[in-house]
Amino acid sequence: MSRTYSAWSRPLWQRVLLTREAAVIALLVVVWLYARAEVLHFDGPLTLPYLLLDTAPILLIAFPMTLVIVTGEIDLSVASVVGLSSVLVGVLHQHGMSVPVAALIAVVAGAACGALNGFLVAYVGLPSLAVTIGTLALYRGIAVGLLGTTAVTDFPEKWTSLAKDRIADGPIPLVVIPIALIGLGFAMLLHYTSFGRGIYDIGLNDEAARFSGVNVERTKLVLFVLASTVSAFAGVFYTLRYGSARGDNATGLELQVIAAVLLGGVSIFGGRGALHGVVAGVLLIGVISSALRLENVTVNVISIIIGLLLVLSVVSGSFAGRLSGLVSRIRRSGSTPQPPATVAGAHERETV
Amino acid sequence: MKAEHVATVDEPLREALLVEPSALSPTRRVLGEMLRSRELSVGLALLVVVAAATLRHHTFLLSSDSWRDLLLTPSILVVLAVGQGVVIITRNVDLSVGSTLALTAYLTGRLFVDNPGLPVIGVFVIGLLVGAALGLVNGVLVAFGKVPALVITLGTMYIFRGVVLTWAGSNRINASDMPKGFLDLGTRQVLTIPVLTIIALVVLGAVGYYLHTARGGRELYAIGSDPSAAELYGLPVRRRLLAAFMLSGSLAGLAGVLYAARYGTVSSGAGSGIELQAVAAVVIGGVAIFGGSGTVWGAALGAYLLLTINRALPILNIPDFWQQAVVGALIIAAIVLDRVLSVRRERLVIEARDAS
Repeated sequence: MSRTYSAWSRPLWQRVLLTREAAVIALLVVVWLYARAEVLHFDGPLTLPYLLLDTAPILLIAFPMTLVIVTGEIDLSVASVVGLSSVLVGVLHQHGMSVPVAALIAVVAGAACGALNGFLVAYVGLPSLAVTIGTLALYRGIAVGLLGTTAVTDFPEKWTSLAKDRIADGPIPLVVIPIALIGLGFAMLLHYTSFGRGIYDIGLNDEAARFSGVNVERTKLVLFVLASTVSAFAGVFYTLRYGSARGDNATGLELQVIAAVLLGGVSIFGGRGALHGVVAGVLLIGVISSALRLENVTVNVISIIIGLLLVLSVVSGSFAGRLSGLVSRIRRSGSTPQPPATVAGAHERETV
Repeated sequence: MKAEHVATVDEPLREALLVEPSALSPTRRVLGEMLRSRELSVGLALLVVVAAATLRHHTFLLSSDSWRDLLLTPSILVVLAVGQGVVIITRNVDLSVGSTLALTAYLTGRLFVDNPGLPVIGVFVIGLLVGAALGLVNGVLVAFGKVPALVITLGTMYIFRGVVLTWAGSNRINASDMPKGFLDLGTRQVLTIPVLTIIALVVLGAVGYYLHTARGGRELYAIGSDPSAAELYGLPVRRRLLAAFMLSGSLAGLAGVLYAARYGTVSSGAGSGIELQAVAAVVIGGVAIFGGSGTVWGAALGAYLLLTINRALPILNIPDFWQQAVVGALIIAAIVLDRVLSVRRERLVIEARDAS
């Protein structure tokens, strides 16, 4: 959405409260309160832990995916990396490796997958949409090729229960700690470093970013490596949580991640978005699905709702942008004419 | 998400072409274009795959049924790839085709269950219309909401799939639910060529001819190479985008009807993941993912290459679990090749300009 300088001169409370992120968080709170009041068993002891365990892989991958989308790129191969790392953990464990060593190798392999994506996008200059559709098939194909239709399930109890354990036997699963650390790391990186500010610059206009000293290629490479590395870590968690390594693990997860990120207010054109909105977006989808499941509504309706939310969130953003553009044009035509002080015409950029 | 490189390739090229019209005779120009075209190289790759598999095991091609199977199996994907190709040429993408296919395939079965006397042509008309309506939803959101097609069709992919899942539940349509005359379409032949292949080729021919010659078709290319320039130039961008999405939707609807006829059983999971295969076929066939170039002929050849490789792998002693990896490698190879060629072409054009 195009932002004018006058938008930055609004009072602080408006700048904090009248944002897309605040709207998503408010919606999350409303849905949560409604579910607690109306849905039977939603306040039960198992709802929160399962909600967090189920959304953990999506939440993990959503962090780096946000950064990738803010640069205006996209990574569709993340779910295939989850599958590949799951299979690697399984196969290596089958050949007598201990789980932590196998997990470490899987994460390194994930980083290599990301390096291939990043190299093709940043240095060869190929469109990320096409590259990652290709590597989506490639990485998934390697995963399925390595393990066929069999599954590895004989993981030691010690490790599988670690993935499900709770902190001090409370309602919060242990996995929330690494997620919080990773999330904090990405938040620091995106919002408090010059590297992170460069990510926004690239998303708004990568030529201008290059001229202002941002290393566009290296930034993109790093982001794709981060996306695949975190996906591989999510794959290790996924494998241990379900105690099963299969080639088709987490198929289609990439679309859920992207849906959650866009719902959280990140612009698909790049240059706009914040991590707290994304976390709220992921949790919103998680709360809606778990509430509907408790109401015995099937997964099918949940996918309709996710789809509707996704479409509505982008369409409403587009119409709101046009409306506010219209309002400011009317206001400006009333006062003295001045050149349009647009920071970035994000919605005028190419669409795919 | 960006297409700067496309612009930088095209600008000097256009300039050079404006300065110097081709001195070659039309025949030689057409011949030269054909020899350099992507369609030819994909076609050659297809021939190589078929030849290698046939040498290994002559029944791959040379038995009465197998060559027909080679023609028949990809025909549903060809129909989808043609629609997807048109959408991608306009610099958009349609990820909802797999869900549309499932919806119309299940609808076809339901129609036969509920109205036993329904003529076969009726389900084709209904399938096309329902598909077009679903495409219209995508088109309206993309053309009037000014939202990227990737996001919209990702959303409608979920929605349409959710509708099928809710509607069908765990029910499935079986071959016994559908009349024999309809199921015969999946196996019948005219002049020894399978009917489904003929339908796919007719669709391909019509759309390919329209894109190549008609004003509307050329405008789709113009929109794809630079949407805002097309708008400034006064092209009816919204109407064309609506038409492209409706075409893609109705072809997905047609593919759904063909799916029901070919496989006889339809469950709610039909065609999931086929949208990525369609995009892959289009990209392999040389349609640039950022629009404005490529042909549906190439997309159709890409579909044939993709599924023929799948059949050839087991014969070449590669377990068919690896087929998806091969497909992925093929997509990457295709786009890297495109990039290398366009960089070389750009350099040649610049050299030619500097020399003159």
